[in-house]
Amino acid sequence: MNVGWRVPIAVAVGGAAGAGARWLAGESFDVEPGAFPTATLIVNLLGCLLIGVAAGRVHRDSLAWALLVTGVLGGFTTMSAFARELNDLVDADRTGLMAVYLGATFTGGLLALLAAERVAEAWPP
Amino acid sequence: MTPILFACAAGAGALGRFALAQVVCSWQALLVANTVGSGLLGVVLASELDPRWLTVLDTGLCGALTTYSSFAWELRREGWRFATWYAPLTIACAAGAASLGAGF
Repeated sequence: MNVGWRVPIAVAVGGAAGAGARWLAGESFDVEPGAFPTATLIVNLLGCLLIGVAAGRVHRDSLAWALLVTGVLGGFTTMSAFARELNDLVDADRTGLMAVYLGATFTGGLLALLAAERVAEAWPP
Repeated sequence: MTPILFACAAGAGALGRFALAQVVCSWQALLVANTVGSGLLGVVLASELDPRWLTVLDTGLCGALTTYSSFAWELRREGWRFATWYAPLTIACAAGAASLGAGF
């Protein structure tokens, strides 16, 4: 599918929108460093759920995928904040909480993705 | 002004991740984007910038350059055997880079 320059524009616009939504989510939770990072956890789990829906409904070489998945969901979810929060929890001597956070993000993310993909595929068009 | 700079930084971050995927295959691009973005976040946080610039670079640029949803999707797409080495590698690289960046 030849969509040319529209693909990078869709990625950039979607990325800005997704990151903007995460900014708003972070503002409304206002988590202190060393505390349990609820905002990032919710954002990443929601992002995994939505990428599952996209995987079941959106064609992977389409402009919609570039906009919604590479752009919006890519900008919305984050690995950098996740990595930094893991380090912060270790620095704060809260290794147990770090393990819970890691496990909840990893397992929860995959389960959300798989469940959403199943539902999205089974849903009538 | 901050929202405009934020949107530009986030757009650039997402574009950077997209551009990497045009050069190398998708799991390599994701690993590089997630590692570089996490390292950059460490540098940004350690640099004691003005809070507005912090939001632009940390939440905007680094947040959009890195991604968790595509990482999870890559694990799903490539299968569980791939996941057993790719997942620990990504998390170790990201956390290691963030900590290295902070000490930079």
